[in-house]
Amino acid sequence: MPQLHVADFAPQLVWLAITFAVLYLLMAKLALPKIGQVIDARQARITADLDRATKLKDEAVGVLAAYEKALAEARASAQATIKATTDRMQKDAEAREGVLAKKLAGDTEAAEGRIRAARDSAMASLTEMAVEITKAAAEKLIGQPVNDAAATAAVTAAAKERA
Amino acid sequence: MAEKAIDPLHQFEIVRLLPMKIGSLDVSFTNASLWMVVAIAAVTVFLVGGMRRQALVPGRWQSMAEISYEFIAGMIQDNVGSKGREFFPFIFTLFMFILFGNMMGMVPYSFTFTSHIIVTFAMAFVVFIGVTIVGFAMHGAHFLSFFVPKGVPKFMLALMVPIELLSYLTRPVSLSIRLFANMMAGHTMLKVFAAFTVMLGVFGVAPLAINVALTGFEFLVAFLQAYVFTVLTCIYLNDAIHLH
Repeated sequence: MPQLHVADFAPQLVWLAITFAVLYLLMAKLALPKIGQVIDARQARITADLDRATKLKDEAVGVLAAYEKALAEARASAQATIKATTDRMQKDAEAREGVLAKKLAGDTEAAEGRIRAARDSAMASLTEMAVEITKAAAEKLIGQPVNDAAATAAVTAAAKERA
Repeated sequence: MAEKAIDPLHQFEIVRLLPMKIGSLDVSFTNASLWMVVAIAAVTVFLVGGMRRQALVPGRWQSMAEISYEFIAGMIQDNVGSKGREFFPFIFTLFMFILFGNMMGMVPYSFTFTSHIIVTFAMAFVVFIGVTIVGFAMHGAHFLSFFVPKGVPKFMLALMVPIELLSYLTRPVSLSIRLFANMMAGHTMLKVFAAFTVMLGVFGVAPLAINVALTGFEFLVAFLQAYVFTVLTCIYLNDAIHLH
């Protein structure tokens, strides 16, 4: 068995020691730090990214809460404004309505007065005109003038009869 | 010629490629030395080449380099704990050296330096001595309590302590023979069946089929034995650091 040739032991041991030592140095000083660095950097990057994501999420939640609060406040203040404005406008409308109603009532009364006066004067001139017509008609019929008093009396009597 | 064809141990012959001597010490550059150099060059190219870009998102090659790193780092974390961190470069070197030694041995006409008992024993012995030094350095004389099992009646100790001591001292032997025997047996089998294939002519298809299966199996063994050697080193280290 070639493995038991004692004369071959020395060169194998010497070269085993040399190559193993060289490989150890290459690994310890060159290869392993390189790999370790990359793995650590990746781990750090992942951790940092996760932290940042968590922070951003918290921020987003905060912003959402603030937004909702602002929205609710805006809605409440809009509601209050609408109510105040509506109340004020209602009060104004009521006040204006009252003034208008009073003015309209006054106007109606004045107009009614004027109508009454106009009717009265119309009625008065109607009698006068009737007297004139009666005088003219009687004069044409009897050929002599009729005095005012008799004509007026006749017209008034006729008017009374009709009324 | 026929004599040579069925000599399955021929592949383990040490050949001096560059005979050298320092004093009376034979330091010849042999085929074993050549494949040790090839193995460490391959390991270095594999790792440094894979990490040449140091990309945040690794490619295939970089992934393999990182997986090797994390495989051994995880093994140490699981078997030794965080105190094993400082032994990481040594254990990583050990694993890669044996793994590439075994795997390079699968290349036809190459030489498997891990199939030599002197090489595996030297590594196992270094592990054994190193672990023992770590044990004494961390616990001083208290490390000897490792050989006194807990919960054993006093009168049994006279028997138990020598057994514990013996099992501790045989660790480098079992560690080295396991690796050496596996690699040698596998390669010998491959060679035997390859010889049958040549000898049987047309009927050589049968041993050839067996050889195909054996080759796959040998790759498994090549990885597994590197893994076992490394895991046992971790377990011994754990014993030395934590005393059971």
